[in-house]
Amino acid sequence: MSAHFLPRLLAAALLVPALAGPVRAEDHPTLKKVEWSFEKPLGTYERPALQRGFQVFKEICSSCHTLHYVNFRNLADHGGPGFSVAEVKAIAAAYQKDVLDDTGQPKQVPRTPSDGFPDPFANEQAARASNGGALPPDLSLITHAREGGANYVYSLLTGFKEPPAGFEMRPGMNYNEAFAGHQIAMPAQLTEGRVTYTDGTAATPDQMAHDVVTFLEWAADPKMEERKRLGLNVMTYLAALSLLLFLAYRKVWHDKH
Amino acid sequence: MSGHSTYIPKSGIEKWLDSRLPIIRLAHDSFVDFPTPRNLNYWWTFGAILSFMLAVMIVSGIVLAMHYTPNTALAFGSVEHIMRDVNYGWLIRFIHANGASMFFLAVYIHIFRGMYYGSYKAPREVLWILGVLIFLLMMATAFLGYTLPWGQMSFWGATVITNLFSAIPLVGEQLHTWLLGGFSVDNAALNRFFSLHYLLPFVIAGVVVLHIWALHVPGNGNPLGINVKGPQDTVPFHPYYTVKDVFALSIFLLFYMGIVFYKPEFFGNPDNAIPANPLVTPAHIVPEWYLLPFYAILRSIPDKLAGVLAMFGSIAILFVLPWLDTSKVRSGRFRPLFQIFFWLLLIDTIVLGYVGGNPPEEPLLTVGRIATFWYFLHFLIILPVLGLIEKPKKLPESIAAAVLPKGAMAASVKP
Repeated sequence: MSAHFLPRLLAAALLVPALAGPVRAEDHPTLKKVEWSFEKPLGTYERPALQRGFQVFKEICSSCHTLHYVNFRNLADHGGPGFSVAEVKAIAAAYQKDVLDDTGQPKQVPRTPSDGFPDPFANEQAARASNGGALPPDLSLITHAREGGANYVYSLLTGFKEPPAGFEMRPGMNYNEAFAGHQIAMPAQLTEGRVTYTDGTAATPDQMAHDVVTFLEWAADPKMEERKRLGLNVMTYLAALSLLLFLAYRKVWHDKH
Repeated sequence: MSGHSTYIPKSGIEKWLDSRLPIIRLAHDSFVDFPTPRNLNYWWTFGAILSFMLAVMIVSGIVLAMHYTPNTALAFGSVEHIMRDVNYGWLIRFIHANGASMFFLAVYIHIFRGMYYGSYKAPREVLWILGVLIFLLMMATAFLGYTLPWGQMSFWGATVITNLFSAIPLVGEQLHTWLLGGFSVDNAALNRFFSLHYLLPFVIAGVVVLHIWALHVPGNGNPLGINVKGPQDTVPFHPYYTVKDVFALSIFLLFYMGIVFYKPEFFGNPDNAIPANPLVTPAHIVPEWYLLPFYAILRSIPDKLAGVLAMFGSIAILFVLPWLDTSKVRSGRFRPLFQIFFWLLLIDTIVLGYVGGNPPEEPLLTVGRIATFWYFLHFLIILPVLGLIEKPKKLPESIAAAVLPKGAMAASVKP
């Protein structure tokens, strides 16, 4: 073993576990693999898919799920669905919120862009009572909160099937290929034509799942486009700096080796 | 090496300060004119990289603390507030969270470099012990920091690790309650974890000063492991090693920033994107990757107290490493047998890390037990015996003789 081989092996050995990442042993069923535009190194969100996905969330998901960390104003942010400020105001104003008037009496006023979606249920007990005992999770971070990420949520939304023969189902549960244990309280939601897309796209279950997952990925990672753009500048700068430093190193050391 | 000072104050104010607080002289003697072996390779640049990482973690952490709320009801939301609403909050948080992984990657390289080249041997035992102390403080700090986002893995990781204290006989339960400020991990624990997470990095910074002080008394070791014999063996720290360290740091930053900007969730766990819930236990509770080998040792012993002792023992053993290695030769380069066992130990540690990241089931349980046994065997039996039976290769006469081309020696002796 040469003197150079050893340090290289050390580098490789130390990097392998780091690059392999934390080892996880989730025994999830195999997930469908979708080519997401946002997963490419410099990829962005598909703007039309974000807008359609927002429509799916608003018309279907939001009747049971919260989206606590997204406010209406975020819909007009750079790198987001790209609604105009006026559109966002109109979207927000369609919902009401409880406030107190000057005499301390409760009243309802339209929501503003600084508000978020209203909670579909008054409290956790009400939510569970309406959903067969299960609590619909907040969806702000759902694509980051599950092993498999966007592919998992997509597989779940399109994974409803008849249970295989002999598979025992608990009452009120639905069979789902992607869900751990295959029994989920949420029934299939994305049925053919469930929404009427304003841009004329055919609302197939796959299309709706693709769009709403894109929207939810944005909800979980709203700064992704800004991050990748800034990253390119930083990496270019560091590469140039490294080159200059290497040349400086060569010059300083040229008579010492 | 801490010989006479070559600093000459030039301006009036420097002379004035030098006779009152010779701090510029200290900096000059430590980082400018400090004689450093001329043959240090890139594995020696990680000391500078680690100093830089400590500064990055402290600065980014101070900014995060301005926006974070250590309260069980608000902590998770305040992190999301940082990610979404604070200007460049996402960047600062990703720098901090991934910085922990980079810090540990660098410290593991630094430690294994020290092991390979025998950097812990006389007269550098205190230097090494201070290093192990820093490593221990880093692990405590990282563990405390990981609880702060108050996700599921934060909560359950903290629950598992603090539970270890209850294994201590007689006082374990009381100690556990006292440490947490309650019977389980809750708001009182989160508050004190935040306080300690803010405190410990400054303790680390203090021990780092001692570490560098202890380094500057005997001076740097070097890949040949032989002592510096005269000026022909050294170069001044500046500009020779400042430029080398900064170049290596720049390459390190390319890797670090690549992760921050393009794979920022790479080291994360999906369960930590779910707010902490004491009523729902995640399927697999795993610590961050850099703690996995120790977690594997903990779980490979069937008895709780013995497991805890083995885990702490695996770090404690490093404190006495200078006395376990009986070889008079420092550098592994001249120890053919030691080299083999060094690489086996490295592989053993990686195996332990893999086992620690997976559920404790067969066959991994047995693999983990063998790897744990080997870890202790290496330090307690192999190292002491190797030094007695091994026949080392011939050492070079001097650093200059070994690394300079023939004929250059004479030239380099000239001042």
